[in-house]
Amino acid sequence: MNSISPMPSLTIRLRAVVKHYGDIRAVDGLDLDVPEGTCVGLLGPNGAGKSTTMKMLTAQAIADSGELEVLGYTLPRDSKQSRAEMGVTPQLDNLDTTLTVEQNLLVFTYLYRLPRSERKPAIERALQIANLTDRRDAKVEALSGGMRRRLLIARALVHRPRLLLLDEPTVGLDPQVRQELWALIDALRTEGTSILMSTHYIEEAARLADTVTIMSHGKAVAHGKPNELVVKHAGREVLEVYGPPARLAEVEAGAAAGGLRTRRTGTSVALLGVENRNGDLPAGERRATTLEDVFVLLTGEEVR
Amino acid sequence: MSDVDRRSELARTEGRNPQPSRRRHARVGRLDWAGLQGVLIREIVNFSSYWRGTTFSSTMEPTVYLLAFGFGFGSLVSQVAGYDYVDFVGTGTVATAVLFSSAFPAMFGTFVKATFQHTYDAILAAPVDAEELVTAEALWMAARAGTYGCIPLLVAIAFGLDARPDMLVVPPIAFLAGFGWACFGIMIAGFMKSIDNFNYVVSGVLTPMFLTAGTFFPLSGLPEWAQVLGNFNPLHHCVELVRHASFGWDPGADLLHLLALLVFAFVTWRVAAYAMQRKLVT
Repeated sequence: MNSISPMPSLTIRLRAVVKHYGDIRAVDGLDLDVPEGTCVGLLGPNGAGKSTTMKMLTAQAIADSGELEVLGYTLPRDSKQSRAEMGVTPQLDNLDTTLTVEQNLLVFTYLYRLPRSERKPAIERALQIANLTDRRDAKVEALSGGMRRRLLIARALVHRPRLLLLDEPTVGLDPQVRQELWALIDALRTEGTSILMSTHYIEEAARLADTVTIMSHGKAVAHGKPNELVVKHAGREVLEVYGPPARLAEVEAGAAAGGLRTRRTGTSVALLGVENRNGDLPAGERRATTLEDVFVLLTGEEVR
Repeated sequence: MSDVDRRSELARTEGRNPQPSRRRHARVGRLDWAGLQGVLIREIVNFSSYWRGTTFSSTMEPTVYLLAFGFGFGSLVSQVAGYDYVDFVGTGTVATAVLFSSAFPAMFGTFVKATFQHTYDAILAAPVDAEELVTAEALWMAARAGTYGCIPLLVAIAFGLDARPDMLVVPPIAFLAGFGWACFGIMIAGFMKSIDNFNYVVSGVLTPMFLTAGTFFPLSGLPEWAQVLGNFNPLHHCVELVRHASFGWDPGADLLHLLALLVFAFVTWRVAAYAMQRKLVT
């Protein structure tokens, strides 16, 4: 990164942001930072406030209170200016399906106000990013789900934004396509684009994000590098104990008495932070702690 | 994906991704041309994929009306309000064509793009405001109404209506009326929660207005209260202006008709912008 230009060091800065919908506090005092040149994962269960947060960053939802800055601009007042300098890939595919790949990109070179001379090169570049150069004349309705997703990302990049918002970038895609998109997102970050990515796929956040903010009930409940979050909140090792429900309850009680934190999965109890414990533990399988353990620990196990 | 695959994937993608742009972008303003242009271009590009069907229906409909009413009804009444009935209907159906190519696509198209296709989410994530979105969409539909609105007149000319130079004001009149009706349609789409509610507007507002605009029979034959109500029907003002452009002006009355259309267009424009802002920005 060159450090000559007078850039803010944070591309996104939210402080104590609150947003109600009727009686529901969708976002409830959220603090969130996206340092320049990094990928921040916004992780949380459904209903945690991720989508509302994303909408506030494009001023499609207006916060009730709190401070919002994007690329140094104050929202919602200067939102239009900040939108000119960032790209957004929505969760729902809203490509124009009766248009061709190239036509979809062309429209966005106008929406993002590219000068005439830059439109054609921008379209070529976006076609390369989406790896759709040889499908440029195909109608979008003829593309596979993965191709459409790639086009949706490339469409947000026609104007070479400094910041990219990715809302659930791989939702509903099969594993091969997901990995292909991960490579694309990773390459973007490597090249210096700041990224805020909301996701409820834990592996996605663990792999792509430099730092992760975990949201629950509209608040940030944890923030940090994925590995450090894991160690801080759930230790290094987990002991997974399987058994019938009565046995699992017994194990949970024993662990609580022994000062260990536990997490129920569907079929087992996971004892967290067991790396320094040996003899006094029940029989089970040891494994490394994952971000998922932290996620469940912090956001609650009940399905909401 | 193995690490090797991942690296080769990265190698393949490296160097072709955009360097984030360092230039400061030009200041954006309220209701600026670049914002309108983006939305207009989207409509124009889309139009290239469906213009045949639209043009067909916009040509067929007035022709059918003209043939059915002009010749069917015209065989019973050869003259209405001093004009040949074919000429009377031919000039009147300009307003019908305007309505059909603005209010209806505005209502249904706007609702579909806002609610089902999420098109407007994509546009508003770009540097475009709801006000620009509404204005550009209405301008686009007004341009279509200005074009398709002339077709009934051309058909009538083909059937014997005398062409006059004054008829050159018909496209701008149809554009103005089309802008108002497009904004009306966008406004309805903005306020309505469900597309089913459109039935109330179509049956309760548009159909009565369409039939009492003076298109098929002069309002002078109606009871006085209906004639007074006619002054609040924008279609009626459009019909009168087109007819006077075709048969001869009535300057005082025509200025008022023009003023009525201007007020209609302005009010519906502002309300439509408000309604869509409310719908799209929460």
